[in-house]
Amino acid sequence: MTAAIHTSVTPAAPGVVRSRSHLANVLHRLVRNPLAMVSAGIILLLILMAVFAPWIMPHDPFATSMLKRLKPIGTPGLPLGGDELGRDLLSRLILGARLSLFMGIAPVILAFILGGTLGIIAGYAGGWLNTVIMRCIDVLYAFPSVLLAIALSGALGAGITNALVSLTIVFVPQIARIAESVTTAVRRSDYVDAARASGASALLIVRKQVLGNVIGPIFVYATSLISVSMILASGLSFLGLGVKPPEPEWGLMLNTLRTAIYSQPWVAALPGLLIFITSVSFNMLADGLRSAMEVKQ
Amino acid sequence: MSLSPRPAPVDPRDLGGPAQPLLIVRDLKKHFPLKKTGFGLRRERLAVRAVDGVSFTLLKGETLGVVGESGCGKSTTARLLMQLTRQDSGELVFDGQTVGDVLPLREYRRQTQMVFQDSYASLNPRMTIEDSIAFGPAVHGVSRADALGRAHDLLARVGLEPGRFAGRYPHELSGGQRQRVNIARALALEPRLIILDESVSALDKSVEAQVLNLLADLKEALGLTYVFISHDLNVVRYVSDRVLVMYLGEVVEVGAAEALFERPLHPYTGALLRSMPSTDPLRRTEEAPLAGDPPNPIAPPSGCRFHTRCEHAQAVCAQRAPRFVEVEPGRSVACLRYEADSGYALPPTPSQETHHV
Amino acid sequence: MLGYLLRRLLYALPIMLGVAFLCFMLVHIAPGDPLVSILPADASAELQRQMMRVYGFDRPLPEQFLRWVWRALHGDLGTSIATSRPVTGEVLKAVGNTLMIAVLASLIGFSLGSLFGFVAGYFRNSWADRLASLVSVIGVSLPNYWLGMVLVIVFSAQLMWLPATGAGPGGSGDWRWDWAHFQYLILPAVTMSFIPMGIVARTVRALVADTLAQEFVIGLRARGLSEGGVLRHVVKNCAPTALAVVGLQLGYLLGGSILIETVFAWPGTGFLLNQAIFQRDLPLLQGSILILALFFVLLNLLVDVLQTVLDPRIERG
Repeated sequence: MTAAIHTSVTPAAPGVVRSRSHLANVLHRLVRNPLAMVSAGIILLLILMAVFAPWIMPHDPFATSMLKRLKPIGTPGLPLGGDELGRDLLSRLILGARLSLFMGIAPVILAFILGGTLGIIAGYAGGWLNTVIMRCIDVLYAFPSVLLAIALSGALGAGITNALVSLTIVFVPQIARIAESVTTAVRRSDYVDAARASGASALLIVRKQVLGNVIGPIFVYATSLISVSMILASGLSFLGLGVKPPEPEWGLMLNTLRTAIYSQPWVAALPGLLIFITSVSFNMLADGLRSAMEVKQ
Repeated sequence: MSLSPRPAPVDPRDLGGPAQPLLIVRDLKKHFPLKKTGFGLRRERLAVRAVDGVSFTLLKGETLGVVGESGCGKSTTARLLMQLTRQDSGELVFDGQTVGDVLPLREYRRQTQMVFQDSYASLNPRMTIEDSIAFGPAVHGVSRADALGRAHDLLARVGLEPGRFAGRYPHELSGGQRQRVNIARALALEPRLIILDESVSALDKSVEAQVLNLLADLKEALGLTYVFISHDLNVVRYVSDRVLVMYLGEVVEVGAAEALFERPLHPYTGALLRSMPSTDPLRRTEEAPLAGDPPNPIAPPSGCRFHTRCEHAQAVCAQRAPRFVEVEPGRSVACLRYEADSGYALPPTPSQETHHV
Repeated sequence: MLGYLLRRLLYALPIMLGVAFLCFMLVHIAPGDPLVSILPADASAELQRQMMRVYGFDRPLPEQFLRWVWRALHGDLGTSIATSRPVTGEVLKAVGNTLMIAVLASLIGFSLGSLFGFVAGYFRNSWADRLASLVSVIGVSLPNYWLGMVLVIVFSAQLMWLPATGAGPGGSGDWRWDWAHFQYLILPAVTMSFIPMGIVARTVRALVADTLAQEFVIGLRARGLSEGGVLRHVVKNCAPTALAVVGLQLGYLLGGSILIETVFAWPGTGFLLNQAIFQRDLPLLQGSILILALFFVLLNLLVDVLQTVLDPRIERG
């Protein structure tokens, strides 16, 4: 029921000048960053490789052969050599991209959702709810990440799901902390006060006013965690706590090829090279994203 | 040049008519506890006594100016009036209805709005101008198309061409333009009361004048009531019908603007007015009328809080806190000099002296 | 100041309790019987019950937790199922070994990282800066276990300058500070140093660049202070934070050494942890994680306190 103090309600005037949104600005800047774009390209290639793996692989990644054990790079029929069971390394590397990338990205996505929600709730609500949530987070945060991942994986046992669970648990506190810190800062701003003054409920304010300002920094932080997650995930497989053989995964392959460093060192080192390249690319992209977002408007 | 209070145009939401005050503020208190100092069993709970018993009435259609030094509690009072912070004790009565009780908070918020000091911080950097203005109406059920339409109307009303400004972001506007947007946003819910907390303080003088004129026009056209908080005494004198002076969390004087400026009663008001640099070269300001910094709001002086800096202070001022009394119609002061039987020894008047001759 | 210290300590206590609780629960979230590694699968029900009683697994959980904490406070973390030796002793011995490579790694990481970072921050946007940034990105993106393998390939298998695995010619039993033993230290420590180096370089670069951009530096130069003098000021400003970062990194190295120690068969806590996991030696697993985590918490506390002492600008309420 509106009071009729002034009544003119005209439809929005056509031809309103519209400025580029913040997101568009960030992307605009990101695209002009050569390093970031190269990294994005590499990542895209790797993802495509993982998606289309069954069609790209030259040979069967699971076919073992006693004769082809530990063959060097360039052997006919084994473009990148043969692993310790005679399987084609190239095919295994290509198929291995699936699990390696998945284990790197999935925990971060899960942690982004879980940790982000927890942090935003804690940051907006404040008071005792904030204290309870953040103290629990602090206990998890008190462990060095590697140790926590290994402890959880060690307790739960090997396997992809278990590894996913432990890695997610490792990253939730980190993301939650950032989320809480950013949300608390936004909560204190005048425009949130103005929104409260217009009678909006907390949920509405978080959705419409807070989220847009908070998602950015949390997202940037999460992308910087992907490379860490990849290294940790493959590290878990390296220790035998993640992916189980005979599934191809770069970390697991490093483990099983370890004994080959004396006979075929370069074959043994290849999976790690891929992990390294992926990790560097994600880091560069994350850096580029951060720079693109940091420009003071 | 002040506008005398005009009767508001007939507002369907008006309950008590012009005689009923729009807002009665009763004994508001807000203390901010400090973090516990020291460790061990005995922990002193010190608090910043930001607002310590503030009461006043606000008449319909008037502009009440609120002045005082930094730290006197002006901004906290503003936030309490908006209920952005909840008071520790005390109540607000809006047009005869107690806020939070008879009058739900959500309804109160439709009728009272605020324009903040920092024009940049009070606009969401990720929302366009029209979205920021349309947010309030949308919360209360107005359709998006209607809300945007209203936003465009309001932009036009505050002097910003909708075609040029509606789709822009706050950082693309100047300070004066942003403040106009803030005013438009405050008007979006069609309030009756607007609290202006240092709303023009950050603007250049020329822009300030434009915004003040805009505020005056809006008030007349829409029948608004203003609470105008500022530290700039000249501006307050220009816009206010009545003025309220605060010191260290308390109200020390209230009165009609001209009368208060011409003849201040409370020593603090007098010192404040004398501290405005004079523009008359023949009457230069020689001495600072107020000595020292305001005392700490954590541990205010005993008795009358101003006695440590008051030129008229006597021993009783440190012992007894003055009550807020109406000295003349429309003029109230909290000072022992004007309180009968307070123990304050007034200088003998000439008529008394002749008696003893 | 003292108040802050005490409050900080007081605050760390519930965290430590939480950490202990988590360590305790690790055993109980593990699937399967906690006794599965001690008893053969066909053990009689009677024997199973007896062992449960001996290890205290038949008591209610909260009671088990309190007993465990009580014993831990007295230094008793149970007995390793695999070796039948007290856990506390095993872990502490291993901690010493890990500290050797971790401290050396931190020193290398700190010195080289600070050097790179300083050069990068001083000569901003020059080729030196870009090179240092590259080094820093590589440092944090490298899977350290892979780096270890590569270094072993290069320096052990191919060049044969340094030994590949182990902690000494006679195994880990005796350690002497001579070259014969020290050479075993080099590869693991260097491998470990890359990540701290990367992080320190990045931090120092940002710090130096920020400090040099501040107005007081312009003031110093305007007053004729030599460049060396200016640099001394910069170092003074940046030192506390850089030290804090290194301190924290040391904690991470201690906690995360398992990967490198596995590659190099270095008998430290990580190696121990590895054994515990694969032998399902739950008391050992619990005990080592507890000690490592508590170490980390205390280290954080120490770094926090040192930072407050060294940097008077940081105001702690």
